Amino acid sequence: MKERLSREVIALRAAREFFDGAVVNLGGGIPTLAANFVPEGRTVIFHTENGALGFGPIPGTESEAQPHLMGANGLPFVPLPGICFFHHADSFAMIRGGHIDITVLGALQISEKGDLANWTFPERGLGNIGGGMDLAFCCKRVIIAMEHVTPKGELKILTECSYPITAPRCVSLIVTDVAVIEVAEEGLVLKEVAPGWTVKEVQALTEPKLIVAADIKEIEL
Amino acid sequence: MTMKKIFESPAEAMADIPDGATVMIGGFGHAIDRPQNLLKALAKRNARNLTLISNSAGVAGRLGIGSLGGKPFIDEEILIENGQVRKVICSVPASLVMSKPNAFERLYREGKIELEYVPQGTLAERIRAGGAGLGGFFTPTGVGTLIEKGKEKRTIEGKEMILEFALRADYALIRAYKADTMGNLIYKGVMRSFNAIMPQAVRIAIAEVEEIVNAGELDPENIVTPGIFVDRVVCIPKEGVQ
Repeated sequence: MKERLSREVIALRAAREFFDGAVVNLGGGIPTLAANFVPEGRTVIFHTENGALGFGPIPGTESEAQPHLMGANGLPFVPLPGICFFHHADSFAMIRGGHIDITVLGALQISEKGDLANWTFPERGLGNIGGGMDLAFCCKRVIIAMEHVTPKGELKILTECSYPITAPRCVSLIVTDVAVIEVAEEGLVLKEVAPGWTVKEVQALTEPKLIVAADIKEIEL
Repeated sequence: MTMKKIFESPAEAMADIPDGATVMIGGFGHAIDRPQNLLKALAKRNARNLTLISNSAGVAGRLGIGSLGGKPFIDEEILIENGQVRKVICSVPASLVMSKPNAFERLYREGKIELEYVPQGTLAERIRAGGAGLGGFFTPTGVGTLIEKGKEKRTIEGKEMILEFALRADYALIRAYKADTMGNLIYKGVMRSFNAIMPQAVRIAIAEVEEIVNAGELDPENIVTPGIFVDRVVCIPKEGVQ
């Protein structure tokens, strides 16, 4: 079995997409970890849909945590100078109004066209839409940070999603434990592979035919 | 003459909630933003056949997700497992931990409770619209998904959108940080969430707060919810959930 990137490294690679001054919303799971990997020299303004803008990482000790300083992921955060609070209608005005530059979300399935399915699957018969649908529809850039296949080895990057979708044609970049793939007009473009992985091996875990970028490289850690 | 807004106990503030009422429950889903004492009093009052409008259907409290130290807290689950709820309008109905189903999921699978899925931003805006006297609005969120089913569609400035209707209710149960005797409210940190938009959209808004002060003691520049939206205020009792 080939070595795959850890959840932290997937988050680190996704965080490289944060430009200086970007307003960023992070979903639960791997995306949450990206808060710890903002590239040096860049300032990112983090948004959480339950009503805060401009917070830092998860506190280092329990005594620093405060009940009213907590993100949508249920974890406490450290307030940074300039933090502000607001209610849900304003929070989603920020999202729908196009004021969030980047959202990093998890995915159950992604289609070749960039359709995203991440809120339910048929066997559960019930799921949580939460704020994910507004984020996927309305943020300027949707980045997916996830493991390339399910724990059972089922493919997640597919020609068509079989699960109910969260938003059609919304994903622009997919960062996984084996590759970085851009969703382009002409199809899925393989830009980077994990150290030790070949194009052929990534293709074997991906249903749609990948277009190999002319400047394909190894993911830099 | 001023209307009496300060109530002695959660039970007194909730004494007229009838069977069949539609009730908005404030907060996002964390211990600090839920009206835990009002929920407890409503469970005790045992009003039946309720419709809840809330972000969640009680998905985190029992698991202690969103409280310091993972301490369990009270959410909608207390009403749902008590069989008081007929329908929930929310964005997050299912337990946050799939292997530990909540009361809502159990009743839903038995066909004993109804669900209307609403994306969170659409839910917030439907409530805001209800409070602002609007009939509804068009949003891009949900186009091409299960959410668009049965909804009017229009292309506005080149973008496909669906019509969503405003939401109003009989009661709102919310939590704030402090109130004054006029019913003006302030919040702390992320407490505003759905708490600061629900009082506008109901007939009777009831707030539980950590402290009640005299009119004039809150800085008017900092008041988030103007008192005319708030009908009843209860200070969280000493023996209550702080």
